[in-house]
Amino acid sequence: MSDTTAPLIHKQSFLPKDAMNALVRRLVDEGYTVIGPQVHDGAIMMRPLTTADELAKGVCDEQDGGRYRLTDGDSEMYFDNVVGPDSPKRYFFPPQQKLFTLTIKGERFQVDDTTPKPPKYAFIGIRACELAAIKIQDRVFGIDVDQQTFRCESDQYYRRARQNALFIVVNCTRPAGTCFCVSMETGPEAIDSFDLSLTELREGFIVRTGTEKGVALLGQLPAREATSAELELASMKLRRARDQMGRRLDTRGLKEALDKSMEHPRWDEVADRCLSCANCTMVCPTCFCSTVSDTNDLATGQVTRTRFWESCFTHQFSYTTTGPVRSTIRGRYRHWLCHKLATWWDQFDTSGCVGCGRCITWCPVGIDLTEEATAIREQQTEASDRSGRGFVDEWAE
Amino acid sequence: MTQLGSTDRPAPFCGLDTWLPLPARITRVDQENFNTRTFHVQIVDDAVRSSYRWLPGQFNMLYAPGIGEAAISISSDCEQGGVLEHTIRVVGSVTRAIDRLGEGGVIGLRGPFGRGWPVDQIDGHDVVMVAGGIGLAPIRPLVYWVLRHRERCHRVILLYGCRTPDDQVYADELKAWESDGVIDALVTVDNAAQDWVGPVGVVTNLLRRVRVNAERTMVMACGPKMLNRAAAWNFLQLHVPASRVFLSLERNMNCGFGRCGHCQYGSKFVCTDGPVFAFSEIADIFASEEA
Ligand SMILES: Cc1cc2nc3c(=O)[nH]c(=O)nc-3n(C[C@H](O)[C@H](O)[C@H](O)COP(=O)(O)OP(=O)(O)OC[C@H]3O[C@@H](n4cnc5c(N)ncnc54)[C@H](O)[C@@H]3O)c2cc1C
Ligand code: SF4
Ligand code: SF4
Ligand code: FES
Repeated sequence: MSDTTAPLIHKQSFLPKDAMNALVRRLVDEGYTVIGPQVHDGAIMMRPLTTADELAKGVCDEQDGGRYRLTDGDSEMYFDNVVGPDSPKRYFFPPQQKLFTLTIKGERFQVDDTTPKPPKYAFIGIRACELAAIKIQDRVFGIDVDQQTFRCESDQYYRRARQNALFIVVNCTRPAGTCFCVSMETGPEAIDSFDLSLTELREGFIVRTGTEKGVALLGQLPAREATSAELELASMKLRRARDQMGRRLDTRGLKEALDKSMEHPRWDEVADRCLSCANCTMVCPTCFCSTVSDTNDLATGQVTRTRFWESCFTHQFSYTTTGPVRSTIRGRYRHWLCHKLATWWDQFDTSGCVGCGRCITWCPVGIDLTEEATAIREQQTEASDRSGRGFVDEWAE
Repeated sequence: MTQLGSTDRPAPFCGLDTWLPLPARITRVDQENFNTRTFHVQIVDDAVRSSYRWLPGQFNMLYAPGIGEAAISISSDCEQGGVLEHTIRVVGSVTRAIDRLGEGGVIGLRGPFGRGWPVDQIDGHDVVMVAGGIGLAPIRPLVYWVLRHRERCHRVILLYGCRTPDDQVYADELKAWESDGVIDALVTVDNAAQDWVGPVGVVTNLLRRVRVNAERTMVMACGPKMLNRAAAWNFLQLHVPASRVFLSLERNMNCGFGRCGHCQYGSKFVCTDGPVFAFSEIADIFASEEA
């Protein structure tokens, strides 16, 4: 570490707006595939870009249960929009990924090709909740996970993509109507796990460095020390964002309440509204379910195994020879909600929800998990815990 | 995470990558009943074959090249290396494809996966094994284990139920186990013609006839949902502690190593936390449908 860069650690700098071009160029020059929020098909998507002009500058979004709309915003602001249906998840855990190709030659399976190597990604404009989601998926895909379980066999593509990725996080100064990261303690400000963090002001960005890589990168940009007025403005904007959260979820005792609510009448009620379309699982940045399937090339005798995102809302997800384990929407919705907010804790010692609000926005009928979870927690009856133990105790008496 | 079953289960051996099946040849096929056959399978690679270890109750993902995979219990003796037996009920695309390959065919194999029967806790216990239909496949290695280590347990009871005498799997072995007197084996069938001399009726009827010393009984059951329920409730009622009633469960499985999510049962991944569970681990969700 050189003397000039050392003092920048933990210190907040100011980066003028026009430096965004230099930042993106720098990353491209360093061989990164830069991913950032852009407008695609009427929504904010995390897609590759080569210049800062491609960012969704001046674009705002309106989000509510079952509702998403882009609007014109302050033309000076790069990141005044919030998360869209897309998330960085797809770059670590692609929606469709070839695992290998092999040729069957008698008693030999000749491996022709394995999972491609991921590019070096730099994410710009990733949000605090998305970083939190990545850290949750780290546990799922097995980085630093308990050696006792088989989950420790890292997914090589995930591991490589993850380890080489650079994160330039943007702290949210304007939450969406469906956001509740404050309740889930994941945002709106990123605390760690980033290389650089930006808080956007009209004239520029307040920048914090989180890693040596971040320090080196910032060292090549026209940053100066931030003034106390600028710092005050940034923290005021972040405070305001906290106060403006569109949704809230009281998580105290929530896991325990859900664990005891397998037979809650609310499941029947929500099942009447839920279409079981799987949108919520497709937009969720932590959902990890997948299915592999093989295709054969009859001409060459090659077999290709591909992994696809899967959803617990489909029938085939739980299919056995006696039919699907969860054949009702009630069973599937209950599994999804309980997984996100309760059983994820048992599996990975963390919540499975980061409060990004995507599942609320992208639900065609606007089902809101904060509302469902709250209703279940607040109307605890004996009947809702008609599950296992009571029933079994009766038998066991 | 609680580890109530075998803690020293062997790690899965999956070749270069967890998703990559190892070639294995089918060396022999035994007919069990009209749609069930036992496939003797030998891993092609010598080094892998000799280092492959597993425990009763674990399973492999068997691969019909180009078609797909199915979770199939290993049903042979875990102390008899070299050849792995898999008893397969031919019901769908993968199982049919494996069946079509037949003797001499090459399939793929990933495994062993899962947490099997708690053989490490067997010492000094009465062991009651309950199996229905194809559910005897994962119990059979347990029977072999008990026969090899007979002195480590007191009474050993095997109750097996299937639809008709012709539906039995391992019929000859069952006959031998019944007559040898080394363990108490009893087979019941739902329906039978005149020539069947054994009991007729569902396996649940047999459960009631077992005299149980709850203090030292260990139950291990595998069968359809209703059989598992009946077995669990019967022995819980007789005061066998929930931590000593073990059930092997079935779920849809895609990966076998806790990654794909398909096999979830409440908070459990059946492929890694199970397929064998102590009732105490799943008591909260056991009576709920669609957990
Ligand atoms: C731990 C475990 C051990 C098993 N041991 C045996 C055994 O020893 N012998 C035996 O005959 N069967 C066993 N089964 C059941 C066996 O896995 C299914 O019968 C088999 O997957 C059916 O596959 P198929 O492609 O032939 O059927 P299809 O009906 O064509 O299958 C279509 C899809 O459904 C899935 N599927 C269907 N049935 C099941 C099922 N019961 N469990 C999981 N996924 C299913 C398959 O993965 C496949 O993707 C076991 C299942 C589990 C979970
Ligand atoms: S909510 Fe459903 S799709 Fe998402 S991780 Fe859980 S089981 Fe998988
Ligand atoms: S469950 Fe909904 S709010 Fe929570 S992380 Fe997933 S998409 Fe976001
Ligand atoms: S089979 Fe994939 S998680 Fe269990």
